[in-house]
Amino acid sequence: MSYLRLDGITKQFGTFVANDAIDLTIEKGTVHALLGENGAGKSTLMNILSGLYQPDGGQIFLDNQPISIASPKGAIQHGIGMIHQHFMLVPQLTVTENIILGTRQGIVLNLDQKAAEIEEMGRAYGLDVPPLATVGDLAVGIQQRVEILKVLYRRVKILILDEPTAVLTPGEIASFLDILRQLVADDHTIVFITHKLDEVMNVSDAVTILRQGKVVASMPTATTNRQDLAKLMVDRDVSVNQRSPRPSALSQPARSPMLSVNNLWVNNSQQVAAVRGISFHLHAGEILGIAGVDGNGQRELADAIAGLTPITSGTIDFPQPRDATPSNATPGNATPSNATPSNAKRAGITVGYIPEDRQSQGLVLSFSIARNLILKAFRQWPFCKNWLLRQSAIRDHALRAIQHFDIRAQHSSLKASQLSGGNQQKVILARELAGEPQLIIAMQPTRGLDIGATDYVQTRLLEQRDRGAAILYISTELEEVMAMSDRLAVLYNGQFVDVLAGEDATVGLVGLLMTGGATADASIANEHRSNARESALH
Amino acid sequence: MNQPSIENRPRPPSGFSQQAMQWLWIALPPLAAIGAALLVGAGLMVVAGASPIVAYGALFRESLTTYYGFANTLTKMTPLLLVSLGVLVGLRAGQFNLGGEGQIYMGGLGSLIVGLNFQGLPMWIHLPLALLGGMLFGGAWAAIAGYLKVARGLNEVLTTLLLNYIAQHFVSYMVNGPFKEPGAPSPFSPLVAESAFLPGILPKTQAHAGIFLGLAIALILTVVLSSTPFGYQVDMVGQNPIAARYANIPVGKTIVMVMALSGGLAGLAGSCEVLGLKHRLFENFSPGYGFDAIAIALLSRGNPIAVILTALFFGTLRSGANVMQRSANVPFTVIYAIQGLTVLFIAISLALLEFRNKRSPVVEAASLTPPNAGTPASVPD
Amino acid sequence: MDAQFTFLQDYVLASIRLTVPLAYAALGGLLSERSGVLNIGLEGMVLTGAFASSAVALMTGNAWYGLIAAIAISSLVGLVHAALCVNLRVNQLVSGLAINLAAAGLTAFCARILFPSGTVALPKINPLPIPLLHSIPVLGALFTQDILVYGLLILIPIGSYLLFHSSWGLALRAVGNYPRAADTAGLSVSWVRYISVILCGALCGIAGAYLALVHVGFFTEGMSAGKGFIALAALILGRWNPVYTALACLLFGATDALQLRIQAFGIDIPYQFLLMLPYVAALLALIGIAGKATPPAALGLPYSKESK
Repeated sequence: MSYLRLDGITKQFGTFVANDAIDLTIEKGTVHALLGENGAGKSTLMNILSGLYQPDGGQIFLDNQPISIASPKGAIQHGIGMIHQHFMLVPQLTVTENIILGTRQGIVLNLDQKAAEIEEMGRAYGLDVPPLATVGDLAVGIQQRVEILKVLYRRVKILILDEPTAVLTPGEIASFLDILRQLVADDHTIVFITHKLDEVMNVSDAVTILRQGKVVASMPTATTNRQDLAKLMVDRDVSVNQRSPRPSALSQPARSPMLSVNNLWVNNSQQVAAVRGISFHLHAGEILGIAGVDGNGQRELADAIAGLTPITSGTIDFPQPRDATPSNATPGNATPSNATPSNAKRAGITVGYIPEDRQSQGLVLSFSIARNLILKAFRQWPFCKNWLLRQSAIRDHALRAIQHFDIRAQHSSLKASQLSGGNQQKVILARELAGEPQLIIAMQPTRGLDIGATDYVQTRLLEQRDRGAAILYISTELEEVMAMSDRLAVLYNGQFVDVLAGEDATVGLVGLLMTGGATADASIANEHRSNARESALH
Repeated sequence: MNQPSIENRPRPPSGFSQQAMQWLWIALPPLAAIGAALLVGAGLMVVAGASPIVAYGALFRESLTTYYGFANTLTKMTPLLLVSLGVLVGLRAGQFNLGGEGQIYMGGLGSLIVGLNFQGLPMWIHLPLALLGGMLFGGAWAAIAGYLKVARGLNEVLTTLLLNYIAQHFVSYMVNGPFKEPGAPSPFSPLVAESAFLPGILPKTQAHAGIFLGLAIALILTVVLSSTPFGYQVDMVGQNPIAARYANIPVGKTIVMVMALSGGLAGLAGSCEVLGLKHRLFENFSPGYGFDAIAIALLSRGNPIAVILTALFFGTLRSGANVMQRSANVPFTVIYAIQGLTVLFIAISLALLEFRNKRSPVVEAASLTPPNAGTPASVPD
Repeated sequence: MDAQFTFLQDYVLASIRLTVPLAYAALGGLLSERSGVLNIGLEGMVLTGAFASSAVALMTGNAWYGLIAAIAISSLVGLVHAALCVNLRVNQLVSGLAINLAAAGLTAFCARILFPSGTVALPKINPLPIPLLHSIPVLGALFTQDILVYGLLILIPIGSYLLFHSSWGLALRAVGNYPRAADTAGLSVSWVRYISVILCGALCGIAGAYLALVHVGFFTEGMSAGKGFIALAALILGRWNPVYTALACLLFGATDALQLRIQAFGIDIPYQFLLMLPYVAALLALIGIAGKATPPAALGLPYSKESK
């Protein structure tokens, strides 16, 4: 018997069909995984179930009764609660206030009594939380417990979890999966949205795969395996850790580093030290990957190297290797190199910076493609002459970039806001890779992109490495950063826990290091570390 | 997100008729707002027991078709044009300069000081110097708010508003004290030197060459904003200060510069009142031009050329109001109501337009960018 | 001795009179801004309240009707601001500005029609001496205030309690900081914002009525004279907390009263500098508090359900 059933659910945004006649059946007391790439329509579907979006077509059944979910409140009344990827917690309020928010209360809140209730409830579910602490002060893992308690407090029977492990360290993920099992044992039903195959295999009873807004397959987890799921998810064979071979001429990176960072300390916007004594060298023709859970100092490190944030202490040097000066005539390089302006210069070095958030940091959305392409070079020849902008040069430059970087746009006067995420990122690539930068900082360059665009971005960056650029590749996606890097640094709490040679890095080890290495398996880590150290440090 | 299919993307303008259509869409909300405000104004007149047709007829006939009336319109339009251009420059960089009124006062004072001193200079030196004095005073006054925003994170909206009152009282002190004409019946300053007079342009009227100054600046500003690196930088800071910071633009410096320019233009409006109209500084000499300017700038949607037309319209209202009061027996304050309502209606019509456009998610992404205007710049520079 | 006492007593009473309209307006602003709606329209709402109370009090000859009218009309202005900001998602600064300009224009026009001969004395709201307490020597004057002063004194602690210890206050704080979280928790963001901004209008109406019916006694064009803006400064200085905000209003009110006293005493400072004093004080206070007062996180940002 089906418990929750979706029948032909369709949702459109303008001309874009996010969900196309989705059928989905979920049994009571099970964990049902909803698997798909970014943009496959998982989140849209769950936002419909939780009442945030209204479907354009189709019907939802609960216990074989047709229901309509008009609002998040309505969803909760039907016993459906959603745990969002970005927690729906008010950071300024306390745990107790967040949990009781919006529940039927008298005018006067008896906060102390409520706090005691919540503490009790947390203990019962194995979800200990400090009920009177302000949520913004808590660690992400604890915040997630609050989020789960919040729906349990509303007596929800079906929990929808949207990418719940994205923000957790591997250690936290393990205990989180335990919590899921416990909830199912307690007769809750769980819908678990993810794009991580391990977790699907590990915890789910059934799995449904979405691709481009459609259901591709649905089956009990026991009847499938990782490879099949991967194939269904992306509609092609995937091989993880595929590494493009380094051109033989560059197999030994130049020994003099392009970038040399020494005991770097940087404060975040709250004036707390976020980068705490990092030292490393980065050579021409090399990708140094930086892995780590979000918020461990990545942002501050990247901004400091790009010269956007003042540093507290330490040094950032660009020693300028003699032999790695990029030439204009690198074969097989499609970067438009003639008459393109140089990028931002730091101490004589051209730096390209692909920032983390393309819409707010990388682009001016209301500007045309052409104007976005000269964001850094608008004062330079050929775009500016005699105090005037040269519109024809700007347009020609844009047309060249549109062609070279395969930006799907009819015209250079199209606004950046009218482009898809992948094309927006291509605009940024076209701008940042112009003038063949010697150093490239790529911060989460594939975040939120579909497979095709991800592939494109990565290929382009590997091309740049092969040309001789030094690349700092920062990502929270473990497998991605491992696949891209020649060396891999693991960042935890503002420090490099370790720097591994690419071939020494395994998912297990790096995952362990990302938690600061302070887990029970520390001995394994130490062993790996000593192996890695000799090859890694310089 | 998937590629939206090519056909559904807005096409770039091509051909004359499409260009014209695009301009029409841009001009429609302000025109609708003005129309609606005039309509409500007509309703108010009916309530007041007067005929709107007679009243509007008298107003526009006087201010646009009679020699003295049109001269008066130009006289009123001159400061409105200048201070509105100032507000507009601020808006382009995402800054709400609501301190035009105070900057007018400070500009008047600056021009007065230059105009009273340096007696004996030839006009071609003295007049530009006096105008520059006004620009400097107005610009410095607005730069205070710009600096406080950049250095201390203070919202410029409130600081510019508070600075208005301070400037007004300060000028009042100046003409009652240090710059008081000896034996004057009411507080005003002595005449500035004749070499600092802005020349009259229409005989026997008060219209003066300040209008040419305003028109020239509108044209220059159009070119500067659309075709120079500075204009590009201003727009970048206004549209997305974070991206500007990532592009190594000194955002804070740009904001202070733009505020100074904005205040400088408002100061120039004050200069025109002193050097062109009264030739001396009066207490409370601005009847709220600084606030009209906010309406004018918002109605003009960031376009300096549009400011010329909008300022002309507002000048027309102010110029014909007295004749309308006499001939149609409508209190002239009805024009204040009309002016205030245009801002209300432009806000509504722009919002409705936004909703109309908000069908596809790609456009939605653009409208979601947080409104930068009025938010503290978190940009150390 | 006696003269000093009288001076002090006068000073305290004048401070209260000048604080009351500021405090009502600032508490209104607090409600609006705590819900996430920026409100520089306070000025226009106060002015509307002053005008509505004058007009109705004059027509009916009853100050109480004037007060009720002020509350009603200013609430309507609040409704307009809410509709613009919440439903139409207009830039909240522009909306507030529009309200200020429209209110200034409309009240100026209507005043010319209703009070053609200029200023007209209005019926006043009379003081309500509190039994026994009012006869205490010296201090008695403090207990011979009108009902709006007592109302304010009651409103501050009650408002403070409701804000931090009631489900309404919790909803308000959640909506103003993270509306999407409030939405997914089952609260209606629009509803909370509408109510808050309308109540803000009502409180500004009281501020305006106090100004016209108690403090000044007649209506003049633009009589709010920047009080709404000073109230906003007080709100920031008071860090969006009712008690601190009221104290900040008292500071500005007392500054204003001081400049009036100094003028009366004929101390040799040009009076224009004294007139500047409240605005300078507000500006200096803002500079002093800069960076230390954190506004509600969602202040000024329109909320829409179907966007990420």
